[in-house]
Amino acid sequence: MTRYILQRLGYMIITMFLIATFTFFLMKFLPGTPLSAADKLSEEQQAVVLEKYGLDDPVPVQYFNYIVNLTQGDLGISFQFDNREVTTIILERIGPSMTIGVQAMIVGTILGMLLGLVSAIYHNGFLDYGSTFIAVLGKSIPSFVFAGILQYYVGVKLGWFPVALWGTWQHTIMPTIALAIFPLAIAARFMRTEMLEVLGSDYITTARAKGVNKFGVVFKHGLRNALIPLVTVLGPLAIGLVTGTLVIENIFAVPGIGEQFVKAINTNDFPIIMGTTLLIAFLFIFIILVIDLLYGVIDPRIRLAEGE
Amino acid sequence: MEKLLEVNNMHVSFDTYGGEVKAVRGVSFDLNKGETLAIVGESGSGKSVTTKALMQLIPKPPGRIKEGEILFEGRDLTKMSEKQMQKIRGKEMAMIFQDPMTSLNPTMKVGNQIMEGLIKHQKMDRAQARKRVVELLDLVGIPDPESRLKQYPHQFSGGMRQRVVVAIALACNPKLLIADEPTTALDVTIQAQILELMKDIQKKTDSATIFITHDLGVVANVADRVAVMYAGKIVEIGTVDDIFYNPKHPYTWGLLGSMPSLDSADEELYAIPGSPPDLLDPPKGDAFAPRNEYAMQIDLEQEPPMFKVSETHYAATWLLHENAPNMEPPASIKKRMEGMAKSSSSNEKGDRI
Repeated sequence: MTRYILQRLGYMIITMFLIATFTFFLMKFLPGTPLSAADKLSEEQQAVVLEKYGLDDPVPVQYFNYIVNLTQGDLGISFQFDNREVTTIILERIGPSMTIGVQAMIVGTILGMLLGLVSAIYHNGFLDYGSTFIAVLGKSIPSFVFAGILQYYVGVKLGWFPVALWGTWQHTIMPTIALAIFPLAIAARFMRTEMLEVLGSDYITTARAKGVNKFGVVFKHGLRNALIPLVTVLGPLAIGLVTGTLVIENIFAVPGIGEQFVKAINTNDFPIIMGTTLLIAFLFIFIILVIDLLYGVIDPRIRLAEGE
Repeated sequence: MEKLLEVNNMHVSFDTYGGEVKAVRGVSFDLNKGETLAIVGESGSGKSVTTKALMQLIPKPPGRIKEGEILFEGRDLTKMSEKQMQKIRGKEMAMIFQDPMTSLNPTMKVGNQIMEGLIKHQKMDRAQARKRVVELLDLVGIPDPESRLKQYPHQFSGGMRQRVVVAIALACNPKLLIADEPTTALDVTIQAQILELMKDIQKKTDSATIFITHDLGVVANVADRVAVMYAGKIVEIGTVDDIFYNPKHPYTWGLLGSMPSLDSADEELYAIPGSPPDLLDPPKGDAFAPRNEYAMQIDLEQEPPMFKVSETHYAATWLLHENAPNMEPPASIKKRMEGMAKSSSSNEKGDRI
């Protein structure tokens, strides 16, 4: 098991290196220069600035320097915020993003699973139709539309939670809900289908023939088996949240990574773009690893044998 | 002989979008303590539905027991609530399922799956239950039970899994064991082992068994009595000797005739022509009539009642009516029956339970 994880971590490093390389060269194709108001600066002034950030070197040299710095954990200095390290900026901004993302993931999947379970247990009943309706809504309304509706009705009209900005825990609630609605819908639909299939399987009949009651059938025998396929979609969902925050943070003016990322792209702030991309890529790969390990926890058939 | 189970005129239907499927249409039989009843018939004849209905395991909806009663030790199971049934299932009646590959929970340790019933019904704690599981695994012939009970079903072969399924059914010493084609999914050598095992266990525990199969060879081997089902009804019921040596219903003739045997290598294997009726719209009269070469006019018009052949033997065919012409089973089947009589007289018949 340890060996397997180490091996996976090795692959992670290679993947990160490839992503860094690719993004680096991709950025060289971005239109415009990092210099704001470049037309107001003279040729000499521009040269001075470019030299300061090492942008006058040939691209291969820039690339080499970047990778060398990267291996030492140095992501460079931001162009737009003078003399501020990208690492510091990211660390400062990761908090709000993680808070919203993790909260949304937990709320979304757990509520979604419950909704799906209720649907499956009361199959074709009133509760099933109700939860299916919610799931279809959640799946079809884009999160930014939902965010706007939330801001207007819950934030402005009812005044329950702050409309935007960051500060107290109350500020996190509306962005979390807006972000959670999609994973909630997906988890609910998936859970319903899987649970219905599981409840129709032979081993559930075996369990019932043993005299196990409905609760035991659903939770002891059904749930774990229904979770196996659900884990498959949890990965992409979690990743969807990482990118979903980009939009939601902008709508709710949350000072997170996403908002910073969008700003950085608009101003060609290469080091920030690079840093954020690498961070998102890392989260991506990390989530996939966690999901793969989760499989083994839930399904004994794919648990890795010792020494494998 | 004490009666354990009495089924009277049981009807089971499934409400589908296409209409009501009458899967079981008035089945009556009884079962004594310690007795083995085999239910035979082709696929879709209502064998499995009958036994699932006994345990109230029919999914409702779409299924429902339309009428009739199931008296288990005098208590009518059709009138019991789900809660009451949960106390009976696994404890007083248990079921062995057809496919060992799918009837065990893949994410639960084998030991825990067997233990579940013990903890629920016998109020054992885990340590006691565990001890009993080791005994059970030993009883069903699984070597090294101590370490096997910690394993998951995928670590067992098909035959070993079926032994686990048997162990689950036996856990609480049920009075009635229902085996729904327990050997169909297994290869022949394993089939024989599982059958031997079940016979052994029945001898030891003296439980009554309902054995569903479409393998008549298995029937001759394990059963005391046989019920032949066709289109949701029992068409003939009797002791093994009655059914094998003196069958009265043309459908039973057909079944026996279509059983391959080693000494009939030169002749063509008999197949019953046609296919079973659609139970969405069961035919008027005898359901078997359209496939029956001995069918008379009345077979197409009126359903035959159960005619008594002997104290133990009943059959539902108009051929037994006093006005009916005397019909003999076809020659090939007669020859087959004589062959069986010969081979069984050389068999150790006393071994049968």
